Amino acid sequence: MSAASYPIAAGPYYQDTVSRLKTYWAERGCIIQEPYDLEVGAGTMAPETFLRVLGPREYRVAYVQPSRRPADGRYGENPNRLYKHQQLQVILKPSPADVMDQYLGSLKAIGIDLGKHDIKFEEDNWESPTLGAWGIGWQVMLDGMEITQFTYFQQCGGIDLDLVPAELTYGLERLVAFLQNVDSVYDIEWAPGFSYRQVRFAEEQQFSVYNFEMADVPTLWKLFELHEAEGRRLLDAYAKYPDHARFPVLAAYDQTLKCSHLFNLLDSRGAISVTERVGVIGRVRKLAVGVAQIWNEREQAAEVTHAA
Amino acid sequence: MSGVPFLLEIGSEEIPDWMIVPALNHLQDAFQRWLDASQVGGRVARVDATPRRLVVRAEGLRARQEDSTEVLMGPPKSAGEGAARGFAKKMGATIEQLRTETMSKGEYWKFVRAVPGRNTADLLGEALPGLILGIPWPKTMYWTGKSGPRWIRPIRWLVALLGDDVVPFEIAGVRSGRESQGHRLLGPSGVILSADERRAKIEREIDGLIAGKGLRVKPDPDLLHTLVYITEFPTPILGSFEEQYLRLPREVLTTVMRHHQKYFSVENAATGDLAPYFIAVMNTNADPEGLVRHGNERVLRARFNDARFFWEVDQRKKLADRVADLAHVTFQARVGSYLEKTDRVVALVKELGGNAHAQRGALLAKCDLTTEMVKEFTDLQGIVGGLYAKEQGEPEPVWRAIYEHYKPLSMEDSIPSTPEARMVALADKLDTLRECFCVGLMPSGSKDPFALRRAAQGAIRILAEGDIALPFAETGELRDFLLDRIRYYFREVRGFQYDEVTAVLSSGIRDLPDVAARLEALHRVRPTEDFEPLAASFKRIANILRQANFSEPGAIDESLLEEGPERVLYADFDRVRQNTKTSDYLPALEAIATLRPAVDRFFDKVLVNAPDERIRRNRLTLLCNLLTEFSAIADFSEIVPSNT
Repeated sequence: MSAASYPIAAGPYYQDTVSRLKTYWAERGCIIQEPYDLEVGAGTMAPETFLRVLGPREYRVAYVQPSRRPADGRYGENPNRLYKHQQLQVILKPSPADVMDQYLGSLKAIGIDLGKHDIKFEEDNWESPTLGAWGIGWQVMLDGMEITQFTYFQQCGGIDLDLVPAELTYGLERLVAFLQNVDSVYDIEWAPGFSYRQVRFAEEQQFSVYNFEMADVPTLWKLFELHEAEGRRLLDAYAKYPDHARFPVLAAYDQTLKCSHLFNLLDSRGAISVTERVGVIGRVRKLAVGVAQIWNEREQAAEVTHAA
Repeated sequence: MSGVPFLLEIGSEEIPDWMIVPALNHLQDAFQRWLDASQVGGRVARVDATPRRLVVRAEGLRARQEDSTEVLMGPPKSAGEGAARGFAKKMGATIEQLRTETMSKGEYWKFVRAVPGRNTADLLGEALPGLILGIPWPKTMYWTGKSGPRWIRPIRWLVALLGDDVVPFEIAGVRSGRESQGHRLLGPSGVILSADERRAKIEREIDGLIAGKGLRVKPDPDLLHTLVYITEFPTPILGSFEEQYLRLPREVLTTVMRHHQKYFSVENAATGDLAPYFIAVMNTNADPEGLVRHGNERVLRARFNDARFFWEVDQRKKLADRVADLAHVTFQARVGSYLEKTDRVVALVKELGGNAHAQRGALLAKCDLTTEMVKEFTDLQGIVGGLYAKEQGEPEPVWRAIYEHYKPLSMEDSIPSTPEARMVALADKLDTLRECFCVGLMPSGSKDPFALRRAAQGAIRILAEGDIALPFAETGELRDFLLDRIRYYFREVRGFQYDEVTAVLSSGIRDLPDVAARLEALHRVRPTEDFEPLAASFKRIANILRQANFSEPGAIDESLLEEGPERVLYADFDRVRQNTKTSDYLPALEAIATLRPAVDRFFDKVLVNAPDERIRRNRLTLLCNLLTEFSAIADFSEIVPSNT
């Protein structure tokens, strides 16, 4: 079905904008991936970014990643704050010299006439202590609204990156609210006859209740420790594992993601004291760094094999 | 100016606005130094910058370095012709081309080599990559891979022209050329290279936007600077918002506009009240369909709605009920939580004699850190707490103490306006200083991540200007740190002279209002006729006592006093002493100054080192008593005589 067959009033439907962005980046050589199927706090944490940016091999990928931030939940009452928002994440590794122009082209592709709008790139560097990752970049402002985070990755899992990937993260709700000219994300038309509210309100409300009021703190701690132990067990087994190429470092990363999400949940329950906080972040980071080191080692080895 | 002009443009992706001017200044200086050192003549005529380009224009360069010569010394003439031949061969010359020079050890061969000047273009091509990459940025990145160069953002084009010719060089795969790039949307005609022109355009057009509407824009030089350096073609637009939002506190509205949206807020020119308008500055030439204005209004509305939402949600839990939640807010990882800080600050306020309102203010001061409003608008910490406390019925002294307890935020900012607010602000700052020093987080060099200098300066100003006679009892490194800030404050902020501050502080510090009063008195008595000569005599007394190794004041045996100057001095001393038993320092200093004739005559006529040991000791005791007695206000021996 083409977008033109919809009765478009204010702007394209949410799902049209998503598919136009995917098409645009597919045309520029990106793999179109699906969301990662575990809870993550940002598209950056999906293995398609966190792991693929490591090592000397090129990679280009785009995917939507629902991103869960328990502390940002507002019971569905705030027009702009969400427990779970959708990011469209693009990784271009290495970053092409015309990456800015390609990015601006993507805005044109979703119907923004740049000649009639104001675009600014304002300094905004990104850092994730939990992942040992940071980058340099901007928030992209469209008529005063932040629509994209643009980052040149420098380090991941504490490792300097061989190639410097550009990461473009579009905040889909904001972008579409802009295109549809609505003040509340819940008023976004997702598809003909279906609003964002119909699709997602219950989720926002229920998870806010769970995250802030009902999640059982001792259980969350127990789960955190189980996932951490499983992750550690795997990472410790790597050295003696006979065939490094088959080693399930991806499974260890899943355990890391679980820990990260449980940390966020505990945090939103107010269950992490000041003195504990730095320590718990350090525990998750230790897993993330361990995973990154193994993945990076395998990538470097694969490059050597490939070159030979 | 004769000679060849030179143009350099470094094209990059958007450079953070606050880094541009320092970088451009560095580049200008470094390039001029290079021109001078390379002997190619020329001077930097102009530098300019936008977020995407740094431009240096120089004029008067020579096309070639001047030719020069180089003298190479050879063997002594006495070493024979073989040695001379060998030297000539090594120099690529014949023996006839050698010269001789007479040195202290005899005559030596030398060869004067002609060094032809090199082409300026070649020299520039070699030097420019280093000059460009040598700009010291606060934070750099690599973009071509981890072995690549580091700069603030990726370099995307380079223009380098000496006269009409390209100076060839390359950085990170980008070759220099003669082609620039225009504005991202407007193209070649959309770049105003001069920051002054961009600034003037913004100011002029803002005036046009509000003309005849009874509005005014509060000047904000920092915001203006930011906008000048995040745009290549700035154009201001006037937007508006619904009047209903004016019910939110002005502090909240202006913070949203200023810090989150980089808008100027607009006031009613007659009343000074906030008007429901804002000014945004676009990085493009026009907004013909009003889409940009509409978009900005939409964003601002969403921000204001957020603020209103935060306000309403925050009211569901009173500040007083949030104290326990501070256990989850980190003050400093090694120092602990804000709950612990709050407990300490409340205790300190009590210890300092703060009343019940001040103690209540201290208890609630940090509670707004747990509110949605402050989580979103961190600059409003304190202010939001104060506004909430007011809303929740706390008495004015309490809410004001919360509202103002971060003051003074800068040298220009005023200290808190009420005694309670001063007490809370002071205790908060002292606690921060003590705790951070206790765990070793003191500032070093230019690094002061916990803003301890500002905390110290704030505490000192509150004590001195708020007239709080808190005994100065700090010890160790914190004492030295505070002493340093106290000296700075009285010299740089209050304008006292170096030696005055030293003289007063050398006599000890009871408390800061007392130091201020002593300094004031000293400063006023200083220009009087007798004061500085007397100060010189005090220095002489100090030297005599030091040489005599005498430091114990004691009883004077009046029977040993000689008639004449010695008895007169003793009588004067006794008289003046009665007048200095006061904390009214100016009359005391004036009284001390009247000692001058007696002291002068004493030194003129009386021999301190009398042959009779008893008389000698009696005289030293008299001088020592004099010095000790009158050094309580200031150590006059520290006063450096003015050159009159």
